[in-house]
Amino acid sequence: MGRAKLPRKSTTIDMTAMCDVAFLLLSFFILTTKFKPSEAIAVTTPSSVSSKVAPSKDFVLITIDKDGKVFLTIDDKQKRETIVNSLNATKNLGLDVAAFKSANFIGAPFSGLASFLAITEENRKGNQLPGIPCKDSTNNELITWMQVVNDAYAGTKMDLLLKGDNLAKYPAFKGVLTAFKKNNIQKFQMITNPENAPAGSELYKKSMAGEKQEN
Amino acid sequence: MAELDTSGGGHKKKGPGVKKGKKLSTRVDLTPMVDLGFLLITFFIFTTTMSQPTAMKLLLPDDKAKPEEQNKAKESGALTILMGNDNHIYYYEGQLKVDASNFLSASYNGENSIRDVILKKKAYVRSIAQDPNDPEHDLVIVIKPSSTCTYKNVIDILDEMSINVVKKYALVDIFDIEEQLVKKSDENSKSSSN
Repeated sequence: MGRAKLPRKSTTIDMTAMCDVAFLLLSFFILTTKFKPSEAIAVTTPSSVSSKVAPSKDFVLITIDKDGKVFLTIDDKQKRETIVNSLNATKNLGLDVAAFKSANFIGAPFSGLASFLAITEENRKGNQLPGIPCKDSTNNELITWMQVVNDAYAGTKMDLLLKGDNLAKYPAFKGVLTAFKKNNIQKFQMITNPENAPAGSELYKKSMAGEKQEN
Repeated sequence: MAELDTSGGGHKKKGPGVKKGKKLSTRVDLTPMVDLGFLLITFFIFTTTMSQPTAMKLLLPDDKAKPEEQNKAKESGALTILMGNDNHIYYYEGQLKVDASNFLSASYNGENSIRDVILKKKAYVRSIAQDPNDPEHDLVIVIKPSSTCTYKNVIDILDEMSINVVKKYALVDIFDIEEQLVKKSDENSKSSSN
């Protein structure tokens, strides 16, 4: 019995459509990707069940690294200028305004601030810097910093963020809290990695019930 | 230069637009291009940080508040959590007894976890509550980190507060006597584990 002969079809397919899709996706990912900025201060944050996204502008960030050293980052360059000018006026430090403005973070005591600003940006590495002294209650320079920052941001929106390393010891955190309290700052946020509420816990039941988290 | 001259003058047939070459197909094999496209896509997917960092809020108490305006915690509803070295965690209910007999140890997770302790306390506060509308009114958790505990420990405990929906909690400085107790217990557990 003769079988019906199927016409042999070509195995090559038109790849144009697939190519289009591939490059469309590619351009999407390229445009949405935000590369992690190479961080001068290495910090691994703990995780929490909080689902609020950390603000990415108008923030003042305080970083505690794993050795408990404290660094200050001010987002707004205009504010940086205000801050350095008021520091120069009140403390007579004679700081380089332009260098301060371009510095991404501050990590030195007032006495060493001028030499800190003299280091080039690429060479400012968190682990080699002394950090802002704040562990000692008699010499908590962060209090002064927060005061100046508070004054500079008076009347405008400011999100105070705290980013601490898992391994940082409590005294550094306490020093930061003291600096906040002394300046009547009662509200701040701590940067964490997102995490799901453990199954079976009350928060888990709440979120399952569709209630929105408050904090 | 010389070549340009010969092509222009010598053979008139080969003038621009005149030459009729063999018509080549415009179809290109796009397979390698697709390969490359997907390779780049996978690269970008893997390098993208999709999870943005989140922020947890913390309100600090006002130190300058007058003592008479401060809320007094009821002893029956108070639970104090103390954090020590090496992820050790301790707690006591109400007031710390002089002989420290109610100073107990717990863990962050697993058996005898601090979550169970909090939930037990919550259930207890609920059972003795007088106001049925607000049964957890008296529950206050006091968090006392010792100088040896880490930032992660503090965050974990604060997180535990939101996991268990504890409305009233406070981050308080540790007393010397408690710090000594934590230190001693830390050393004891270290020597027993060795």
